[in-house]
Amino acid sequence: MSVPFGLDPGWLILLKSLVIFVFLVLVTLFTIWLERRIVARMQMRIGPNRVGPFGLVQGLADGVKLALKQDIIPALADRSVFILAPIISATTCFIAFAVIPLGPTVSIFGTWTNLQLTDFPVAVLFVLAIASIGIYGIVLAGWSSGSTYPLLGALRSSAQMISYEIAMGLSLVAVFLYAGSMSTSEIVSAQQNVWYVVLLLPSFVIYATSMVGETNRAPFDLPEAEGELVGGFHTEYSSLKFALFFLAEYINMVTVSALATTLFLGGWRAPAPISTNWEGANSGWWPLVWFVAKLFAFIFVFIWLRGTLPRLRYDQFMKFGWKVLIPVSLVWIVIVATARALRQSANVDSSSLLVVVGVILTILVVLSFVLDAMISRRMPREIEPEPEFDAFAGGFPVPPLPGQKLPTPAASAQTISSTGGDSRG
Amino acid sequence: MTAYLATGVATVSAGETFAFWVLAILTVGGAIGMLLSRKAVHSALWIALTMVSLAVVYLINAAPFLSMVQIIVYTGAVMMLFLFVLMLIGVDAADSLVETIKGQRLAAVLVGIGFGLLLLAGVGGLTVNEIKGLDAATSQAGGNLEAVAQLIFGRYVLAFEVTSALLITAAVGAIVYTHRERLVGKPTQAMISRARFTSATAPRSPMPAPGVFANHNAVDTPALLPDGSPALDSVPAPFQVEEARTFTTADGRVITAVYPEGDDK
Repeated sequence: MSVPFGLDPGWLILLKSLVIFVFLVLVTLFTIWLERRIVARMQMRIGPNRVGPFGLVQGLADGVKLALKQDIIPALADRSVFILAPIISATTCFIAFAVIPLGPTVSIFGTWTNLQLTDFPVAVLFVLAIASIGIYGIVLAGWSSGSTYPLLGALRSSAQMISYEIAMGLSLVAVFLYAGSMSTSEIVSAQQNVWYVVLLLPSFVIYATSMVGETNRAPFDLPEAEGELVGGFHTEYSSLKFALFFLAEYINMVTVSALATTLFLGGWRAPAPISTNWEGANSGWWPLVWFVAKLFAFIFVFIWLRGTLPRLRYDQFMKFGWKVLIPVSLVWIVIVATARALRQSANVDSSSLLVVVGVILTILVVLSFVLDAMISRRMPREIEPEPEFDAFAGGFPVPPLPGQKLPTPAASAQTISSTGGDSRG
Repeated sequence: MTAYLATGVATVSAGETFAFWVLAILTVGGAIGMLLSRKAVHSALWIALTMVSLAVVYLINAAPFLSMVQIIVYTGAVMMLFLFVLMLIGVDAADSLVETIKGQRLAAVLVGIGFGLLLLAGVGGLTVNEIKGLDAATSQAGGNLEAVAQLIFGRYVLAFEVTSALLITAAVGAIVYTHRERLVGKPTQAMISRARFTSATAPRSPMPAPGVFANHNAVDTPALLPDGSPALDSVPAPFQVEEARTFTTADGRVITAVYPEGDDK
């Protein structure tokens, strides 16, 4: 049974909006607890375990404490923009969830409706559009603080989010091609037989990488790199305004995870062994369980990344985005589009297509090995000799770097007498 | 939309009228705010409001794709780039009224009048002709998105390709103009670090950041040293301009920064 969108009665729209709001806030509280517990476990600590069972209510206690703190607006801040910035961040992050399908058609108080606030032909673009408005919150927060570190954080964040949004948008193109639609509910129903993570694995990998960059999470958390920028864009924020940024970061994490679930992991559909053995797994309220399970799988990966990987250097990070992710996704789109076009118009069946592609790839790989061998035979690789360690370089005693050996005392005395004067200035 | 309302077409619902008036106030208010703001960043924000309101107008007028593209491209990319530049170079000085391109103002006035006439013709046409509505116009193609795709990749494919070639040429041109050929290899982080620690004069501690304790946070504002004098080396080399610049500190003192001439930049 399917019901068209846009025909819900008013009370149902209000109810759905309220449920989405409450769901996101509760997920945020739970995720904060989960993150602290998991990261603690990864670092051989215990984590919060005092407030409530297993420390579950710790997030709520911290939230109340944060809200009751003194709210400071710096003297040099641009007041109106300083107040506007966290509001933009917090409101936009809730809006994007409106188009995420949480389940199939269900009956709520006797009215048949879809478990999704709304859907329209460009719903996925809507999520991207809302995300691009959300960047304003971060950028304006940095600018309006009237201080250097937030400004640097904001500049980094805008550059980072614009760059990674391109890779993210490109990774979605293959999904649109296969599903034939940009509407989230239709993309989920197009994955009835096979999930797109299987069919379009490179797209999924690119999306998963860029979603970490898009949400400013470790190892891509350069806008708030505490070692370099104090707190980044929110350095000057306190109390409720800071809490809003905190909330926005976690909800963004939930939203991109939900979008990844919808686009690549079959949305609310039950995973293979369950759906094949149990008829009712994909109807009624059960799909909500699968959806939330997949959502938390992504959130766990986010936390895992944070517990495992060190932060990237900024230029390496940008280079990765522009010189690896974007070209790779462009090439992948061309491959997918060609394969689609061949199958649809030239009537080539998929197995012969795969054989041809496999043969071409093998030839290319063999050619590259042959070329490599020929080049390396012609030009023997020169090994750059390690410069001799100079313990008194420039007249100052310096310790040896890893791999260097301290010279014998006689040799170093000679070095001082020979280089002592000329290297200054 | 105005014409739509003015002709009193029966299909305009109360909700649409309400949305129109809310969005009209926001859109026009944003445009007026953009003109009246003193700070460049505030102007940019007002125009972002106008753009988003326009996107919502497109959305409720059955043009969802145009609406999303409006937000992603204009609000998300173009305005963000503007903000980025404004923040990076800290434009808060008054605009210069000198015409840099000859005849620019005259051309702007002419193009403005032309655009106004075009708008009048378009809106006037709506009041004369019968209104079909976007849904009816795109139903043959199978929806709004499909209709846009058919027009772009069908009837207007040549114009579309020419435009994209123009854009790519412009982007390549910008890169070529700003590109400088490297004579020696780029120093790595390890090389820079080694050079700094083996030099007798270079500071071991990080360089002072610009804008600290000064009244502005722009990178062209030098930091203030404890004695109140500006730390000239806190400003990145490209922003060290020849003429003397004055700054007001947070406590109201006026500081003048003069960079030594003939400094290699």
